[in-house]
Amino acid sequence: MTDRPLVEELRLFLGDPQTWWGPASIPLRLGEHLLLSAVAVLAAAALVIPPALWAAHRRRGVVAAAAVVNIGRAVPTFGILVVVVVWLGLGPWPALVALVALSGPPMFTNTVAAVLAVDPAVLESAWGMGMTGRAVLMKVELPLALPVIAEGIRIAISQVIATATLAALAAGGGLGRFIVDGFAKRDQGELLMGAVLVAAVAVVAEMLFTRGQRRLVPSQASAEGSR
Amino acid sequence: MSDQAGAAGQPMISLQDVSKTYDAASAPAVESLTLEILSGEIVVLVGPSGCGKTTVLKMINRLVEPTSGDIEVAGTPVGEGEPHLLRRSIGYVIQQVGLFPHWTVRRNIATVPELLGWSPQRISDRTGELARLVGLDESMLDRYPGALSGGQQQRVGVARALAADPPVLLMDEPFGAVDPIVRHRLQDELVDLQKRLRKTIVFVTHDIEEAIKLGDRIVILNVGGVLEQQGSPAEILSRPANRFVEDFIGAERNLQRLALRRVAELRLKWGPMVEVSTTPEAAREAAAREGTEWVGLLSDGVMAGWVPVSELPESPSLEGLEPRPFGAVVSRRASLRQTVDAMVGSSQEMAVVAEDGYYCGLVDFRMVSEALGSQRGSRAGG
Ligand SMILES: Nc1ncnc2c1ncn2[C@@H]1O[C@H](COP(=O)(O)OP(=O)(O)OP(=O)(O)O)[C@@H](O)[C@H]1O
Ligand SMILES: [Mg+2]
Repeated sequence: MTDRPLVEELRLFLGDPQTWWGPASIPLRLGEHLLLSAVAVLAAAALVIPPALWAAHRRRGVVAAAAVVNIGRAVPTFGILVVVVVWLGLGPWPALVALVALSGPPMFTNTVAAVLAVDPAVLESAWGMGMTGRAVLMKVELPLALPVIAEGIRIAISQVIATATLAALAAGGGLGRFIVDGFAKRDQGELLMGAVLVAAVAVVAEMLFTRGQRRLVPSQASAEGSR
Repeated sequence: MSDQAGAAGQPMISLQDVSKTYDAASAPAVESLTLEILSGEIVVLVGPSGCGKTTVLKMINRLVEPTSGDIEVAGTPVGEGEPHLLRRSIGYVIQQVGLFPHWTVRRNIATVPELLGWSPQRISDRTGELARLVGLDESMLDRYPGALSGGQQQRVGVARALAADPPVLLMDEPFGAVDPIVRHRLQDELVDLQKRLRKTIVFVTHDIEEAIKLGDRIVILNVGGVLEQQGSPAEILSRPANRFVEDFIGAERNLQRLALRRVAELRLKWGPMVEVSTTPEAAREAAAREGTEWVGLLSDGVMAGWVPVSELPESPSLEGLEPRPFGAVVSRRASLRQTVDAMVGSSQEMAVVAEDGYYCGLVDFRMVSEALGSQRGSRAGG
């Protein structure tokens, strides 16, 4: 393959009005991709972080829960996708299930590790001052664990955005469509555009989240510096 | 500041036959310990590492549940009611301080008031008051703990423990992690603070010097939480109950040091002493100034003895009273060891210094222990 066809194909793809408007356009696919990723991460966070907080707070069932959650890590996302397609049929749901399974583990393990890492002296004084268990969790453990929990969410987001590309295989939409269709049509312009877009979205999402992360934990920053 | 629950001299904390065996352990950490801590006193628990000092403290505020035995605080069994409510009425200070790193100093100090639901105005007033009390600059209040020195952090720890004015304070090696100069300063400040606040304090330390300096009473524990001796610092120092206590307090070394030093080296206190020719009014004032329940009477500088304040007459004259003789009288040439021996016998734990009957001043145990400390030149100005 030479350079010419690629540039030419890219020009053709970008010049096609359907690329920019309509049911197979970049904005629509981008929207699908982001929605799928966001729903997956939010669902996984809602599913995994509260029990992780509770288990770590109580120092109970942490090992067992981590083992269960890590099964998700051991099974390839693609495998889950296939199984769920067989089970539920095509559409966005199989991809969602697979992505939730993908993003759960880093959030769970980071949450547990972060809560368990809270300075025992801080916890002893929290209990010793007469905080209830709930107050210890919400006022001490959670805020102190937040930076590491946020890091887990950040990892989950970038993994999910990259992997949401697989959704296209199960007719789940998203930017993966360009890659899948590009392969099918041997349209390298479309294929390349799809890959670039996925990478760009992952990078931008990561940048935005990192900025948000800094804002989320301003006290930690000033606690370090001794101005 | 509010009044303390329980009159001075009443038991504030009592442990009755208390034992604790941790789940994982075969030997008990504390075994059948019986202890009474009076309202307004500082009791220091000392003993080698692992002897159960921390366990005793944590059983008082229920961070650890005893395996058997009864513990009461202010006459109520600690096992009654919710542990978090009990803990809000007991100040707790630990060696690692354990300040909340994500809260400002101000909010750290306000922890218990916040839990108790005080109004913001009341919390803010109290925070400022506490900062002054423990010697923290107001400018520190809006910093985070990470920006404070070890000594400042421990001041915040003490302020936080005192915030809701609890009658009882548990302190677990609070000054163990700061350098000796800061440690001595914090000890001096605690002594000052205690003069004003009259809390019931259970203080844990490894350091016998610290125990001698701070304690109204010292409790010496051995491994397994076995009580070896309890008594005033002077008693423990001059009459160790057994070999273990002798070794632990370095009795030999300390007594030798005491034997080498003389009363004449100390700067004596004048104390609540008045001439018989003055008025009962002046005598009462002297007692109030010194915080004693008694006054000493002199006639032209010669010691006559002491009388309780309650026996001072309403009449305009002190003549005709029958003063009691002082229990412990030493000369300025006496060694500090003789002085401590004499003190232990007297009920006030102090000795009167006199030459040929002429009054020179008073020595109390704290002055002796400070003299012991100053010999190594490690004491810092307050
Ligand atoms: N949570 C626990 N589980 C099991 N054993 C414990 C626990 N806490 C303390 N112990 C054991 O109980 C004994 C007493 O411990 P404790 O901490 O009360 O001693 P300590 O006098 O405070 O020691 P140190 O001076 O080193 O602080 C030790 O043998 C210790 O190992
Ligand atoms: Mg200890």
